[in-house]
Amino acid sequence: MSKKTNVLPGFNLSLGYTLLYLSLIVLIPLSAAFLKTTEFSFSEFWQVVTAPRVVASYKLTFGASLIGAFINAIFGLLTAWVLVRYDFFGKKLIDALVDLPFALPTAVAGIALTAVYAKNGWIGSFLEPNGIHVAFTPVGVVIALTFIGLPFVVRTVQPVLEDLESETEEAAASLGANRWQTFYKIIFPALLPALMTGFALAFARAIGEYGSVIFIAGNMPMVSEITPLIIITKLEQYDYTGATAVAVVMLVISFLLLLAINGLQWWSNRRNAEAIE
Amino acid sequence: MTATTVSQHVRYQTKVAHRRATSEPAWVRWTFIAIALAFLTLFLFVPLAAVFTEALRKGWHTYLSALVDPDALSAIWLTLIAAAIALPLNLIFGVAAAWAIAKFEFRGKSVLITLIDLPFAVSPVVAGLIYVLIFGLQGWFGAWLIDNDLKVIFAIPSIVLATVFVTFPFIARELIPLMQAQGKDEEEAALVLGASGWQILWRVTLPNIKWGLLYGMILTNARAMGEFGAVSVVSGHIRGLTNTMPLHVEILYNEYQYAAAFAVASLLALLALVTLALKTFVEWQSAKHAADAERESNE
Repeated sequence: MSKKTNVLPGFNLSLGYTLLYLSLIVLIPLSAAFLKTTEFSFSEFWQVVTAPRVVASYKLTFGASLIGAFINAIFGLLTAWVLVRYDFFGKKLIDALVDLPFALPTAVAGIALTAVYAKNGWIGSFLEPNGIHVAFTPVGVVIALTFIGLPFVVRTVQPVLEDLESETEEAAASLGANRWQTFYKIIFPALLPALMTGFALAFARAIGEYGSVIFIAGNMPMVSEITPLIIITKLEQYDYTGATAVAVVMLVISFLLLLAINGLQWWSNRRNAEAIE
Repeated sequence: MTATTVSQHVRYQTKVAHRRATSEPAWVRWTFIAIALAFLTLFLFVPLAAVFTEALRKGWHTYLSALVDPDALSAIWLTLIAAAIALPLNLIFGVAAAWAIAKFEFRGKSVLITLIDLPFAVSPVVAGLIYVLIFGLQGWFGAWLIDNDLKVIFAIPSIVLATVFVTFPFIARELIPLMQAQGKDEEEAALVLGASGWQILWRVTLPNIKWGLLYGMILTNARAMGEFGAVSVVSGHIRGLTNTMPLHVEILYNEYQYAAAFAVASLLALLALVTLALKTFVEWQSAKHAADAERESNE
């Protein structure tokens, strides 16, 4: 349908307002970050963003986000499976509570997880005597990032699993496939795009996360200090250019992840459309 | 009547047969359910329960006095103000963006949709930082703001801005696919019958998208009231002036006033639970309406 045949009013007004608001709130402020780095020469910029303490924070942020996203991919898939395929008492309530990490403010999640996993906490008091330290270590960072990414995989896999036609599974079964073969040859490939989208969303969210991590991490430089905290620390020392340099690195990574997620969603939608045809 | 009962019966029979061919043995089912529940308990339910237990550890008196403390009250007030400004701003934007994107074709549409999603991908800390770069002391407008005795950073305007940024895509994200799916037949019919643009918006489009709109508003509100990272960068943590509820929780916690910190946190946790309940209700309502509409069109 071309624009010429469209008779509805309000195109100029609505698109104009959208672009204005988008520019004022998002695009111009974001470009400020990139412009700020021009105060640096490239070698200065490089020195700031590859300082040992900053590199250690990248490793922690990426490593912990990856592990968290993996945990969520495995248990999120299982949770989605259980919620779609089985019936049990309290299922609807649990289904609703899966979104808790979206709704619960991150600072509240942070202090709650710290209280639970600290030495005298409900779970920590079982782990600490066995030599497993969670609070104030990188393990705590993983726990927090797993928490905030939890709903993503469940919520991306769930609708695909609901729409999956049972005919293909029956066909596989009648052709002599056992249940496990049916799963990894028929069901899993159909879920894979959604699973990867959920994984990428959880990972992207974890990379930028701040509130839930800082309470449980202990924030020791080189050990348990995440990249967003480096930005905050530099800001508190009035090192605006340094903070912006690290922020620009994070922004570039976020943009790349956003592109990857869009690609995955496109793949996932196309896969679903094919399945329906 | 009889025909439908028979067909229902047949459908039930085939459903049972399907399940036998395509389900797991009972022990596998219960193991999966047990593992999923253990995972959710460990990561969700235990921390949630901990908020309320810790809040009430020193009794109701400490709990209530933490909530009526003047600094707590001013934090609650500021949180409500920030949400009350951010919500309508993003609501108007969401409707405008969805109208342009869903009802019209234009070049660069998919780029625009990606750009609307940007704030989801940006770390909240970076979101706060960019406003410091513009309105801060050394920022673009820093000198001008001082000359005119205006305060944005470490004051309420920047808290509102940061809140608007982090909740920016929620309503637009909800409305765009919904309005795309609904098409524009009803709006065009209204236009032919002589309705003006605003009449179409108020009487045709908004009633059609009300559940999606409400859903987006609930998500926006929850995020607006709970935002921590972005607001933390721009607020300056001035007690009684620029502290929102999540920032107040942080300050109390860092001062080892755990019971008070968890008391304020418990209010936010309650808000989260109310949000989830409303969200479930809206999902249920919109599914019901979708089913009704489908039945009508089939008749």
